[in-house]
Amino acid sequence: MPSRTLADRTVDVNEQGYLLNPNDWTEPMAEAIAREVGIALTPEAWKVVRFARKDFAEKAESPGLRRITANTGVSTKELYQMFPKGPGKLIALIAGTPKPKSCL
Amino acid sequence: MAQLDRISIICSKGSLDMAYPGLVLANAARMSGIDVMMFFTFWGLDIVHKAKHEHLHLSLVGNPSVPIPAMIAGLPGMEALASLQMRKEMAKLDIPPVGEFLEMLHDAGTELYACQLAMDMFKVERKDLVPQVKDVITAMDFFEKTGTAQIIFI
Repeated sequence: MPSRTLADRTVDVNEQGYLLNPNDWTEPMAEAIAREVGIALTPEAWKVVRFARKDFAEKAESPGLRRITANTGVSTKELYQMFPKGPGKLIALIAGTPKPKSCL
Repeated sequence: MAQLDRISIICSKGSLDMAYPGLVLANAARMSGIDVMMFFTFWGLDIVHKAKHEHLHLSLVGNPSVPIPAMIAGLPGMEALASLQMRKEMAKLDIPPVGEFLEMLHDAGTELYACQLAMDMFKVERKDLVPQVKDVITAMDFFEKTGTAQIIFI
């Protein structure tokens, strides 16, 4: 099982870099992952990441983009501006939750 | 493993059950950060036709996966009924109707193109198409724009 050090903490991740235990996640870790994938976490982006965390805590499933846009007021266009290299994967990666199962 | 970075989807069929696979694949690709272009040709043109995209039907006749006897499937109104049922099931899963799906794909940066020859054949004009269609192009343009992308034919 691969592990890596993020924001001074060593955590278990899968082959694609997603945290194996979402409870390991911290805000500085999100900053570190975002920096690595070339994303600046603006207050709007944080709103999305926090929603993903909250939704995962409630549903035990990473939200798809439709769910994120419907619940945060952030539009599809804005999501792709914030996470240009694939919001579906990147939001979960940064929020420390598994890759979403939704195709939408 | 090499990453797929661009796909080009040809939508050639206009039935409800052939429209959604292309739309869903395109969306999943964009969600994964893959560039996507879509080319709507022949019956696939109905998917981006303003007056038609809301009325796409399932194809029941000649479809062995449909759990209805062929004789009954061919009766008037059956396709409309089955299509309505499928739309309801899709709405339950928060799968948007075609028009909203096209808006979403466009906002996600998908390039949508319509086929010139199909437009001429079916007497469709630019104004008949949804505004998300970027351009009307020929098959040769299609290959130029596709470049080295992987092509998916539906």
